[in-house]
Amino acid sequence: MADSPTAVEHHNPALKHHFVDMEQQREASSLGMWLFLATEIMFFGGMFCAYLIYRYWYFPDFAAASSSLDITLGTVNTAVLICSSLTVVMAVRAAQLGKRQQQVVYLALTLVLGLAFLGVKAIEWTSKFEEHHVPGPTFNFQGSIPGHPGQPVDQHHAQLFFSLYFAMTGMHALHMIIGVGIFAYLLYHAWKGAYTPEYHTPLENSGLYWHFVDIVWIYLFPLLYLIDRKK
Amino acid sequence: MATAAITAERETYLNQEYGIKSWLLTVDHKRIALLYLLSITFFFFIGGFFALLIRLELLTPAGDLVQADTYNKLFTMHGQVMVFFFLIPSIPAVLGNFLVPLMIGAKDLAFPRINLLSWYLYIIAGVLMLHCMLTGGVDTGWTFYTPFSTAFSNTKVIEAGLAIFISGFSSILTGLNFVVTIHRMRAPGMTWNRLPLFIWAHYATSIIQLLGTPVIAVTLVLVVLERALHLGIFDPTRGGDPLLFQHLFWFYSHPAVYIMILPSMGVVTEIVPCFSRKRIFGYKFVALSSISIAVFGFLVWAHHMFVAGISLYAALIFSALSYLVAVPSAVKVFNWTATMYRGSITFSTPMLYAFGFIGLFLMGGLTGLFLAALGIDVHVTDTYFVVAHFHYIMVGGAVMGYLGGMHFWWPKISGRMYPESLGRLAAVIVFLGFNLTFFPQFILGYLGMPRRYWQYPPEFQVLNVLSTAGSTILAVGYLLPMVYFLWSMRYGKIAPDNPWGASGLEWMTSSPPPTFNFDHPPVVDWEAYDYEHIPAPQEARSGG
Amino acid sequence: MASVAIFAAIVLFAVRYRRRRGVVAEQIEGSTALEITWSVIPLGIFVVIFLWGAVIYFKERTPPRGATEVYVVAKQWMWKLQHEEGQREINELHVPVGRDVKMILTSQDVIHSFYVPAFRIKQDVLPGRYTTAWFRPTKAGIYHLFCAEYCGSQHSGMIGQVVVLEPAQYEAWLGGGAASGSMASNGENIFQQLGCSTCHRSDTQGRGPNLVGLFGKPVQLEDGRVLTADENYIRESILTPGAKIVSGFKPIMPVFQGLVSEEQLNALVAYVKSLNPIPSGAASAPAVVPSGAKPQETKVQ
Repeated sequence: MADSPTAVEHHNPALKHHFVDMEQQREASSLGMWLFLATEIMFFGGMFCAYLIYRYWYFPDFAAASSSLDITLGTVNTAVLICSSLTVVMAVRAAQLGKRQQQVVYLALTLVLGLAFLGVKAIEWTSKFEEHHVPGPTFNFQGSIPGHPGQPVDQHHAQLFFSLYFAMTGMHALHMIIGVGIFAYLLYHAWKGAYTPEYHTPLENSGLYWHFVDIVWIYLFPLLYLIDRKK
Repeated sequence: MATAAITAERETYLNQEYGIKSWLLTVDHKRIALLYLLSITFFFFIGGFFALLIRLELLTPAGDLVQADTYNKLFTMHGQVMVFFFLIPSIPAVLGNFLVPLMIGAKDLAFPRINLLSWYLYIIAGVLMLHCMLTGGVDTGWTFYTPFSTAFSNTKVIEAGLAIFISGFSSILTGLNFVVTIHRMRAPGMTWNRLPLFIWAHYATSIIQLLGTPVIAVTLVLVVLERALHLGIFDPTRGGDPLLFQHLFWFYSHPAVYIMILPSMGVVTEIVPCFSRKRIFGYKFVALSSISIAVFGFLVWAHHMFVAGISLYAALIFSALSYLVAVPSAVKVFNWTATMYRGSITFSTPMLYAFGFIGLFLMGGLTGLFLAALGIDVHVTDTYFVVAHFHYIMVGGAVMGYLGGMHFWWPKISGRMYPESLGRLAAVIVFLGFNLTFFPQFILGYLGMPRRYWQYPPEFQVLNVLSTAGSTILAVGYLLPMVYFLWSMRYGKIAPDNPWGASGLEWMTSSPPPTFNFDHPPVVDWEAYDYEHIPAPQEARSGG
Repeated sequence: MASVAIFAAIVLFAVRYRRRRGVVAEQIEGSTALEITWSVIPLGIFVVIFLWGAVIYFKERTPPRGATEVYVVAKQWMWKLQHEEGQREINELHVPVGRDVKMILTSQDVIHSFYVPAFRIKQDVLPGRYTTAWFRPTKAGIYHLFCAEYCGSQHSGMIGQVVVLEPAQYEAWLGGGAASGSMASNGENIFQQLGCSTCHRSDTQGRGPNLVGLFGKPVQLEDGRVLTADENYIRESILTPGAKIVSGFKPIMPVFQGLVSEEQLNALVAYVKSLNPIPSGAASAPAVVPSGAKPQETKVQ
């Protein structure tokens, strides 16, 4: 156990009544977030599993469908998210150093980058909609197997790709939206000075969540966008 | 032990605050446990009502009570309600919520507000499920196999799927709360090796809830999307694979059965030592067996698919692994038996339920060994043999454990004693009714009666009639405790702190406990199940 | 067996060690040796049971060569069966005593399951692919056929019977039915009607692979994979030919999904199989010993 904590630890207004001290509260919150992320891995894992199986079975059709995704926009989004993870870390660091102004700036940047990601995603989805690549009655994928100009792509398999594409990026986007909401909340409270070197657990744990959503994208991007791109 | 009668002024979690708002906005784990108690009992009635209708229909070979479509909805909703809205929450959400902080010497769970959120998610899911049932119901079987559920059924699959999806989050959050609490909030001196085995069992259960439930959540999302948008993820006419659904579904639903049984085993492990006046035999092995069951339980899912069209080699592997997971369960049974050896056994109501559990779980578990044998499984899978097997475990096992636990901790929860002779009578009625209901079903399955059959060939009638007769007796056995528990809240004897002379921190505080559990935070310097130093309950009982 | 022993122990202990005045419980912490013993011994027993079950299952899933084939199409809520020789049956299957029967099953809609309790066989029937099951009847009689995978409204009505006849009676039954040509000859007709013979010629000049002698042999695909040409391969090649391109051939075969029914597919598969040269007296595969292949009376308990 830690040495007898300072008076701040026991009387910190942020200490919840059922915890003995701030350290216990911090460790519990942190463990809670890590466990929650483990459940998220299992959640996304189910979809990744389905995707990997079908990609293995229907590789040529999946490669053709994948090549219709905008790789530039995908790369931009990857860069945006990685930068946003950096700004999150900087925000936490600012809190550790007691710099309120910096916290606010970095949190605001994170928010902007997150919204940028969602904006780019909206653009991508819109173009998919216009190209009739959205699964459903209007689905129509024109194209041939890469390297085999005479062989048309199997519509069912292409639709499978896009079903999983929209399910996975949609679920990811939902998590981003929730993340944006959380960071808006954090921004407001950071501006009010709620996060100090002694107490910035919400920042740390939300940061973990944000990094996780980032990592999911880092897996999604190559799996969905980078199948068989020989340039 | 103090046996002073409770004065009207003593503050407990029950009288600390009055009014519906104080209950609906509580963050006290004990009150939340009671909220769950009410809700799951409600759903138990609904699931039980469906069961009664099923058994009534099956009195005769012809389908003459309800229509085929109705029958199909009845067994589907019986399964969904019982599994997701009764069994999975039952012990963890009621007894676990109430006891985990008490047993480890904490003031509450790590995240009290998330605990309340868990309950609200459960209620939202329950309301959605009720709405689904009242506006047409669902007829896919609780297993939702595709492509029937995604492309053929004309019932409210999406609504049911969403309801179960939401209930899954309730389960995940409860598990998360327990794991963090057990890791971080143990009282000073409460080391891992001093934890009650009830805690170890809930820890293992929570790991399964955390890691398994998200998979069925995402699977149900995919099913809902497929049905709504006519995708083809699981539909062979659109390039999909129905077996993929089965793998994803069973990847959770097999560990789910361990979510349902491990807590019961934890309950039994508290009851047997207490009423044998002996420490548990082989503490470390019992703890290890809970963890092993949780781990191995994730490796055996495709034993539900031996005739589904998986490859021969996959079947061999899953069969072999299924035998592995049986070993830790057997170890528990041996340890309970050894605990009784040279003990001093009292046949109290909780102990009767524990005996019932051990016997019925043994039968259910052994028939599980038959099912794991590939050659036998081909004959009995998808028949009443399987139905009997899982009811032996889930009803004969899990529900008996739940009832035993409710009786054991009722004095602590309510501050009252239930009437002991009625308690014993109910336990015996449940045991007899249960066996009469489900034993004939083993025979039915072996003789070839498939499951989910609304009508059946006449040669199966006698056994079906026996089974239905048993179910009426079982129903009486279940109603009795509900009646006398309610009765006891007004007229039951006032309970002392430790009416059973049991070990465990929960017995060292008042019955019922104060809101913050302990007047003084406990410091532990003794081993678990220290029955050598705990006086037998005779002295404690004479007061109050 | 073991359960009785444990029950007995519990009852014995409950009685022998019931609470009595002046008798104090003996605190026993445990015994690692005992724990290991009663983990290892059950595990040993389980291994034996596993192996026993596995052997039976292996035989069950390995149809013997030379078995008579019956094509089964399941649909909500009936069984449609067709013999190789061409006879069609609905919800009934006539077979002679003593002959191996291999069923090739598929579903037109949802998952069903072909279950004959008396023969100890059960096999799920899936849409979109073939599954197989086999049996050898040893006694004449009429046996229940059930659907064992919930499939909707009339799942419990999807029942029928397997009628096992003495060989002479079976021949009589065969002769009595309307002759509509064997499945293979029907398949040949469809093969011609759909224009398959245009590309699949029996020489090396065709734009499609030669199908003579194809069934059951390894096929090399264009991406390097080698697989066996079984029923599912034939079926897939007709419905979605682009899925697997044979090495050395162009992907130009038209897609027949939606253009052929399950029964027509079955007939085509039967036809392709019939293109194999008839094996001479010395069968190519070692004969599977019949005793293990009979429907087992598996002892339960």
